[in-house]
Amino acid sequence: MKPLTYPLAALGRATLGFLAMVGRVAIFAGQSLSHIIRPPFYPREFLNALLNIGYFSLPVVGLTAIFTGAALALQIYSGGQRFSAEAVVPQIVAIGMVRELGPVLVGLMIAARVTSSIAAEIATMKVTEQIDALVTLSTHPMKYLTAPRVLAAILVVPALVGIGDIIGIMGGYIVGTKQLGFAPGAYINNTWNFLETADIVSSLVKGAVFGFIAAVMGCYHGMNSGRGAQGVGRATKTSVEAAAILILAANFLLTSFFFAT
Amino acid sequence: MIELTDVHKSFGPKKVLSGVNLTIPRGESMVVIGGSGTGKSVLLKCVLGLMTQDSGTITLDGEDTQKAERDAFLARFGMLFQGGALFDSLPVWQNVAFRLLRGSLARPWPEAREIAVEKLRRVGLTPDVADLYPAELSGGMQKRVGLARAIAAEPEIIFFDEPTTGLDPIMSGVINDLIREIVVEMGATAMTITHDMSSVRVIADKVAMLHGGKVQWTGPVGDMDASGDPYLTQFISGSAEGPIEAVR
Repeated sequence: MKPLTYPLAALGRATLGFLAMVGRVAIFAGQSLSHIIRPPFYPREFLNALLNIGYFSLPVVGLTAIFTGAALALQIYSGGQRFSAEAVVPQIVAIGMVRELGPVLVGLMIAARVTSSIAAEIATMKVTEQIDALVTLSTHPMKYLTAPRVLAAILVVPALVGIGDIIGIMGGYIVGTKQLGFAPGAYINNTWNFLETADIVSSLVKGAVFGFIAAVMGCYHGMNSGRGAQGVGRATKTSVEAAAILILAANFLLTSFFFAT
Repeated sequence: MIELTDVHKSFGPKKVLSGVNLTIPRGESMVVIGGSGTGKSVLLKCVLGLMTQDSGTITLDGEDTQKAERDAFLARFGMLFQGGALFDSLPVWQNVAFRLLRGSLARPWPEAREIAVEKLRRVGLTPDVADLYPAELSGGMQKRVGLARAIAAEPEIIFFDEPTTGLDPIMSGVINDLIREIVVEMGATAMTITHDMSSVRVIADKVAMLHGGKVQWTGPVGDMDASGDPYLTQFISGSAEGPIEAVR
């Protein structure tokens, strides 16, 4: 090969490698969904996953949402003053939290907390031959490890997003009523009357999609980790990066689908 | 009977198995020895279907292992992994009774726990170990729990991957004796992979030595010392001088 063609060859290899990985992830995601609906089922693993992904994520989701909602109220008030629109704080906090910030921030927090934990756990299981042990004990690793986590994430992340939306709006409410001088009743009325069903539906759908992405990325990179501590570390890091980027990309696509006219 | 015929397996350019032929009759304890990196674990994983051989056939009682129905095939096996491979998230008794809590062999939880405690007793562990987690156990205790898990469902065939690696000589002796007793007591077919010669002498009915991706020597354990095979002789003596290169 001539030296002049080296960059082209490298680009070609990278492109082929990327496309192959996309294909592998897509097949893995499809298999995960198919194992969710085909027996045997592992209800105990599913309940554990519900607890780990849902219940134990509540503090981080709640804290993220309340500070974001509070900061958002301050920003909208401050920015709105420039064109005498400070009265729209309740409405913009509500729409901002429910349509965008709630789902995206919860999705990113789940990617940081849950995707990393799933990837590290499964990768360690792989390195220590626990995945091989599952197979010899007549248990399909995809059914036992992946399906319960993916199903739990699809079901519980929308609930977390809903809770995050409410707490975020509460954060805005606290700042709005205690610091910016809004009347409590009027703030709640303005919030409630402004939100539409489509806002809430889009928020919950985004939660389900982001939960699916977070769990699949954790499981995929865990199952395909390299050897040793370095392999586990790399799988964990890559899973979080991939989940975060895919969540942001999916958010754009879903926002386009729901709201682009 | 397990029969391997002309089994080949490579990883990229590296040939690990290059034409392995081996027969393990029913009820016999075969120990596969060989230096590090000679493909012993790969061989075992190919038999279990954890890896697929590139070519050649592996049959169990005449049936090709790759065509066998997976659940029924695996239900006949028990396996002790080199590092124990115990599930960190489960207490000891649930590790031992894993197979008895799920799938076709599932039993009620109290019964499964009773069997697990009995198997733990069989490998010399007291019932109070049952509720501990694997991380709370010493290396020797983890091996025993792994052994209890391997025999919990009373399999016909048991595989042992480096059963004494990382253990002190006394604990190694205890594990070797346990394996021998259990294999004889259950009448199981056993395949053990090791490079610990004390294990070989206790566990084996027959020995096969892997070298260069092939079975270099095979025969009864009693014939091993007088085999006259230079590779086997060097391996048994642990000498750096001989046909096996010390630097690999």
